[in-house]
Amino acid sequence: MTIVGTKVLRKEDPRFLTEGATYTADLADPRLEGALHVTYVRSTVASGRIESIAVDGALAMPGVVAVITAADLPEGLQLLAGAVPLFPPDILNRPVLAGGRVRFVGEPVAAVVTEQAYQGEDAAEAVYVDIEPLPAVVDLEAAARDEVIIHEDVGTNMALDFSTLGMATGFSDDSFFEGCEVVISQRVVHQRMSSAPLEVRSAATVWDGDRVVMWMSTQAAHSARDSIAAAYGLDVESVHLIAPDVGGGFGSKINMYPEEILLPHLAEITGRPIRWFETRTENMLAMGYGRAQVHYATIGGDRSGNVTHYRVDVLADSGAYARIGGFLSMFTLPMVSGTYDIPHIETRARSFVTNTVPSEAFRGAGRPEATLSIERCMDLFAAEVGLDPVEVRRRNLIQPDTFPVTTAVGTVYDSGDYEASLDMALQAAGIDELRAERRCRREAGDPVAMGIGVSVYVEVTAGPAPGGNEFAKVEVTDEGRARVYSGSFSHGQSHATTFAMIAAEQLGMSIDDIEVIQGDTDLVAQGTGTFGSRSTQLGGSAVFEAAGSVVGKAREVAADLLEAAADDVVLDTDSGLFHVVGSPAVSKGWSDVAAAAEAGSLVADHDFNADCSYPFGTHVAVVDVDTETGGVTLRRMITCDDAGTIINPIIVEGQRHGGIAQGVAQALLEEVAYDEDGNPVTSNFADYAVISMAELPSFELVSMQTPTPNNPLGAKGVGESGAIGCTPAVQSAVIDALSPLGVTHIDVPMTPQKIWTAIAEANE
Amino acid sequence: MQVDVKVNGAPESHDVEPRTLLVHYLRDHCGLTGTNVGCDSSSCGACTVHLDGEAVKSCTIFAVQVDGRSVTTIEGMAAADGTMHPMQEAFHTNHGLQCGYCTPGMVMAATSLLEEIPDATEAQVREGLEGNLCRCTGYHNIVKSVLACAKGSEK
Repeated sequence: MTIVGTKVLRKEDPRFLTEGATYTADLADPRLEGALHVTYVRSTVASGRIESIAVDGALAMPGVVAVITAADLPEGLQLLAGAVPLFPPDILNRPVLAGGRVRFVGEPVAAVVTEQAYQGEDAAEAVYVDIEPLPAVVDLEAAARDEVIIHEDVGTNMALDFSTLGMATGFSDDSFFEGCEVVISQRVVHQRMSSAPLEVRSAATVWDGDRVVMWMSTQAAHSARDSIAAAYGLDVESVHLIAPDVGGGFGSKINMYPEEILLPHLAEITGRPIRWFETRTENMLAMGYGRAQVHYATIGGDRSGNVTHYRVDVLADSGAYARIGGFLSMFTLPMVSGTYDIPHIETRARSFVTNTVPSEAFRGAGRPEATLSIERCMDLFAAEVGLDPVEVRRRNLIQPDTFPVTTAVGTVYDSGDYEASLDMALQAAGIDELRAERRCRREAGDPVAMGIGVSVYVEVTAGPAPGGNEFAKVEVTDEGRARVYSGSFSHGQSHATTFAMIAAEQLGMSIDDIEVIQGDTDLVAQGTGTFGSRSTQLGGSAVFEAAGSVVGKAREVAADLLEAAADDVVLDTDSGLFHVVGSPAVSKGWSDVAAAAEAGSLVADHDFNADCSYPFGTHVAVVDVDTETGGVTLRRMITCDDAGTIINPIIVEGQRHGGIAQGVAQALLEEVAYDEDGNPVTSNFADYAVISMAELPSFELVSMQTPTPNNPLGAKGVGESGAIGCTPAVQSAVIDALSPLGVTHIDVPMTPQKIWTAIAEANE
Repeated sequence: MQVDVKVNGAPESHDVEPRTLLVHYLRDHCGLTGTNVGCDSSSCGACTVHLDGEAVKSCTIFAVQVDGRSVTTIEGMAAADGTMHPMQEAFHTNHGLQCGYCTPGMVMAATSLLEEIPDATEAQVREGLEGNLCRCTGYHNIVKSVLACAKGSEK
């Protein structure tokens, strides 16, 4: 019997459900006994010059141990190391604590260290920071005009032009579209989104002699370890980074933040352990956001519905400093043509600094932007040539017999059958009945307008190209059980179950006999972490290979016990027994083999490398739009998502559900907003409308599995697909509902106000 | 201030700052860290516990307000022999949790909802638990878990 591909309930659940997981703020580790608490004083203006910081009042308050400003920091802690080595110029690196200039509301200016957390709240209020305000620029396109310069030394707000890195083609002249019968242009907004993990950022640290021990809510323990080592001039062995249970990340917890990197210093100068956890408002003020791009897209083709030309100009908001978010166009650019065979494509991408929180990754990270723009353009093109948008997609989809296929922008898609996913999704949706209902209601003049939206997407996982790597070690204990050590890290993705299943399949053991160890840099020799939908295909494949090597070693031991040649011995993975080929009556189990093996010899590790893979699918959204109020009801969401071979369907479906909800949230509700002076206006969960279950239906999932040839599991990534395919489907559905009124475009998030305004403008 | 609360059936008595919130009383003084703080503003419901049998968001109630009353947290839901409460079991069976952060509050709010509406429909569940946010599951399997416990559902 095989366990891979079957529905297995999670090993993580019982502890999470009965006592709760152990997040960083829950730690009761004796090494944190007597820990001090840190509260950050933050800039209250978006752009300005610090004239003075008065700390005496705060120092005199109860429980205050220290107040630290930039002037107190050693050289190595002045600047946060760059998140992206390629990202020029160095001068855009953000300070750990702002000393001269402040460049966004929420930027840390001072750290207050107190005996109790509540004392820090009071004392932080008593640190007086005198800031001379300077003009701020919040809008991305305004920043691109360089009228207000954010980094005076640089002289421009442009952080990066991807053409200079060879990642964009650049634009030729207007003759590019010559010969096209139809050319349509559209500005497409991809709003700033908060990852909004339910667990805010949190860390704790203590010095153990010359060694830093740090607990942290992170997606990538090893790179956090490396960041701390670099900042403190330590070798990596002198940092022990432990990621306990983590309450969601969605991209925002990949890289280190100033609030985290500073903690070992505070522990050093106070000689005490340190704990830090932020409030939700601080999280909304200072944790990196995602998306924040504006595209100018133009599509061209003929009147019979063939798309031949596409050009997209990407403007990306880096936030106040150069962090990963300003670099995510590197995931947008290779995916601009989506699932379509478009022979002529031109791209440009530039990122700009603004007086907002430095951008980071958020579920999808660059690919939702590519998909939303091309899907929007396909709809506009279909409307212009007078064809059904589904039909136009069909005419232009990449055909299944052409894989692996190289697109016009040079991306190599590994495997797929896009039209099959379209057919399956439409069939599950009952597209004919839906169209009939829409027709009836339109004819009847129903003020609640019905709309149907379809998007066909492809995305890249385990990126950036050409691919990635992950580490695993598998060992069989003296009792004949197994331990899996993974450099990948679950913060909700269920590695303890999925990786145990992969090892179980190889070892012929029960998953109950397999323990998965992750998130501890002393226990796991190396690792990359969990982001970009990479865990199963890279981390899981590493487990697969390492477990296979352990079986190879065990066969030799079993051969001795069975008095046979190793080549003649097989492991029956159904029973977990080794026997000579053809003679299953005489066999040895893992406990026999482990007892006979040299202690500690049944172990193997593997650093698995593979090219990116390209999951795909089709999403269908059905909406009702109240044309009198602009309110949208998402009636149905049908998705066919193909992420290659599925290890555990219940977990894969869960990943799809989560992505879909975030995709709907981007389409209809969520947006991080600032006023024109750079004051955040969405700094809590009431103002930032995190999507709730009341705004969502149950989802209708169709399964499809086209294995990738890139790894032994055949698995692609699935965690981000929902957030990539869903937003354009919902946007398309809402615009479809309003198309009889003359509405041709509404940017996301399509709030009732925007919809109402679009209807009103169309009526004028 | 001295605050006496019966927590999961056991008496607790602690001297706390008057501004101490119930959630911090439970976490910092009783050592019950299953109840999580998600938003500090009663928007997300991660801190939901039962106060005298009814769901409350423990981040927006002072510990002193519950002096002399009875609180149940996620740690008090399973039977003494470790058997999970049917709602906990339903979340496990239906994959109603991923990172687990919203889960204790979600389970507490869901059990309270079904006390009130034992035969809740999907629409009633979605309406009733609107104040409990989850960022991982898209709510699909949470709703499925709660409906599995509702009266009249096919077991």
